[in-house]
Amino acid sequence: MKLYIPPQLTRLALAFAIFISLFLVLRHFLVPDTFGQYGYYRGASLIDNAQPEIHYAGQQACFECHQDIENMKAQDVHSEIHCETCHGPGQKHVLSEESADILKPTGREFCGLCHAMNAAKQRNAVFQVDLKKHNIGKNCIECHNPHQPWEMKK
Amino acid sequence: MSQSTSAMGNEKIKSSRRKFLKSAATLAGATIGYSWLKSSQVLLFAAEPKDESLPWYGIVIDIEKCIGCGSCAKACKKENDVPIEPFFFRTWIEQYTVKNDGSVNIVSPNGGIDGFEQTVPDEDIFKSFFVPKMCNHCSKSPCIQVCPVGATYDSPEGVVLIDEKYCIGCRYCVQACPYGCRFIHPVKKVANKCTLCYHRLKKNLAPACMEVCPTGARMYGNLRDKESELVKFLKEHTTQVLRPNLNTGAKLYYNALSSEVR
Repeated sequence: MKLYIPPQLTRLALAFAIFISLFLVLRHFLVPDTFGQYGYYRGASLIDNAQPEIHYAGQQACFECHQDIENMKAQDVHSEIHCETCHGPGQKHVLSEESADILKPTGREFCGLCHAMNAAKQRNAVFQVDLKKHNIGKNCIECHNPHQPWEMKK
Repeated sequence: MSQSTSAMGNEKIKSSRRKFLKSAATLAGATIGYSWLKSSQVLLFAAEPKDESLPWYGIVIDIEKCIGCGSCAKACKKENDVPIEPFFFRTWIEQYTVKNDGSVNIVSPNGGIDGFEQTVPDEDIFKSFFVPKMCNHCSKSPCIQVCPVGATYDSPEGVVLIDEKYCIGCRYCVQACPYGCRFIHPVKKVANKCTLCYHRLKKNLAPACMEVCPTGARMYGNLRDKESELVKFLKEHTTQVLRPNLNTGAKLYYNALSSEVR
């Protein structure tokens, strides 16, 4: 007995086949190569995210040239503070060795970012100074060496 | 004759009833057991992924050490070329002040980059503290779940990243993040957020905010390595994540977190 397939079903199957293959072809071109390599995302995006240039060189890069500062810093309370905390991003300076490419902040406001009085600062976390009373009109670095704050300048 | 038939019928009914009760009890038991298992799974915070060859990063912020100097927020902007306008931040600092009358005052002028002026006089303050905020790098993060195109994902190292080439800028993730850590980059027009300085981690450098923190209030490390400084810190201190009720699996742990912090 021959199986009877109605012609409308054949046409429907044909339409389905065309649409499904069209979908598969489109999908092949639209889904990026590395999509799904590790999960539901483009695997190559991990490489993209690792690409950007660094701006902060890290303390070790500073100490390769500035060993004197390293020794000086080690003797006082600022020993744990990394160079780029105050001097700003240093990668450009590491590459060019130009002194213009590094910040040398001065001024009471800058030191005050850490050392100004504020009730939210833990008493033992940082030494706090009342900037409204302490040697008004003078710059902090006139008396204090920022690398060795308790070695007072004469 | 009729009596025996009815007895047989009774037997049949009895056995089918027994069968029904048995299968119903099994089904109920299985359902209860399954739901219990499932809920206990849900209770696990920060479920660790299986690939053990890579580190799995976690972060600790010690509120007792933060002095609100703003170095982290400033360094983050410089390192990651975040727009300088005061409403785009990958990390920022908030000052919480609990007053004697119980009200809470929260300020974050320019994300704390220019430091903090004490706005409440000393005599009104019950307690005051700084809370640095950044991406919590959740292991079950809502922002990843809502992305319609798979442009944001949890990297194998447990860092939540964005695929800038694939992001369509639909802002779903921005409103899904319960910590407010995402924004739309005004130039690129795609989502942007803390990457835990993924490009630095890959070069064995600390994230910029942790490089510059003068008091060591921020710490990152490998949660898988039970000997790491981070895991030791977590063992020795009472830490808490933000909004644990949302079950985001946050991997940013705060030491000495006060209940006022939202």
